Amino acid sequence: MATTRKRPIEPLLWMLFSAGGMASALLMPVLVYLFALAVPLEWIPAPSYVHVRAVVVHPLTRLVFFGVCMLSLFHWAHRFKYTLYDGLQIKHLTELINTICYGGAVVGTVIAAYVLWRV
Amino acid sequence: MTQPTYTEHHPRWLRQRISTYWWLGKWAYTKFILRELSSLSVAWFVGYLLVMVRRIGESEASYRAFLERATHPVLLTLDVIAFLFIVFHALTWFAVAPQAIVAHVGKKRVAPAVIAVSHYAAWIVVSALVAWLLLRR
Repeated sequence: MATTRKRPIEPLLWMLFSAGGMASALLMPVLVYLFALAVPLEWIPAPSYVHVRAVVVHPLTRLVFFGVCMLSLFHWAHRFKYTLYDGLQIKHLTELINTICYGGAVVGTVIAAYVLWRV
Repeated sequence: MTQPTYTEHHPRWLRQRISTYWWLGKWAYTKFILRELSSLSVAWFVGYLLVMVRRIGESEASYRAFLERATHPVLLTLDVIAFLFIVFHALTWFAVAPQAIVAHVGKKRVAPAVIAVSHYAAWIVVSALVAWLLLRR
């Protein structure tokens, strides 16, 4: 039926948003504090390259980090979509906004997979 | 039988026009929009951390150059603002957890405060674990 506009994908998007919100809330503040502020500004001594590399290339780290990246990107997509809807009141651009947000999340996820696979 | 035609957007819908800056009038609304905008920081740091992982994978010189570049005033300013948004995201996310999660032990409902406190506790434990894992020598 073309008259009903059902979006069966909506619950999945909410789940990704929710899981991404949790993953990013738990892990991002500490990672960002360490590697965007504390270490570059030498508030704390930089961990040795050998150690950081060993942690980063470990398969479990890469798997977990991939999950965090993917979920965080879908969290962004979902939340940013509604920011544009509600904040700027541009509901009439639904298709374009969906493409940019969820398309961006998909592209970002693919890039994350590539980077983490190659590291 | 002819199909009725519909227009996607009603041409003369009686709807009051709301200012684009409606969210500036009240702190609760501003907070809502700021919370929504925190998602930009989440996406930004996904990119930031992925670039860092790539540099770590390349060589020690690349890793050091990455850390050096992070002290550039423009990038640093951006990172400080984005970091504040990330913390805001975490704080507000855990604060609303009791509204999203209704847990029961037996037949008794877990008090909302317990759910909130356990989230904050988990945040501290996870942060300490990550810091320990990355910084131990």
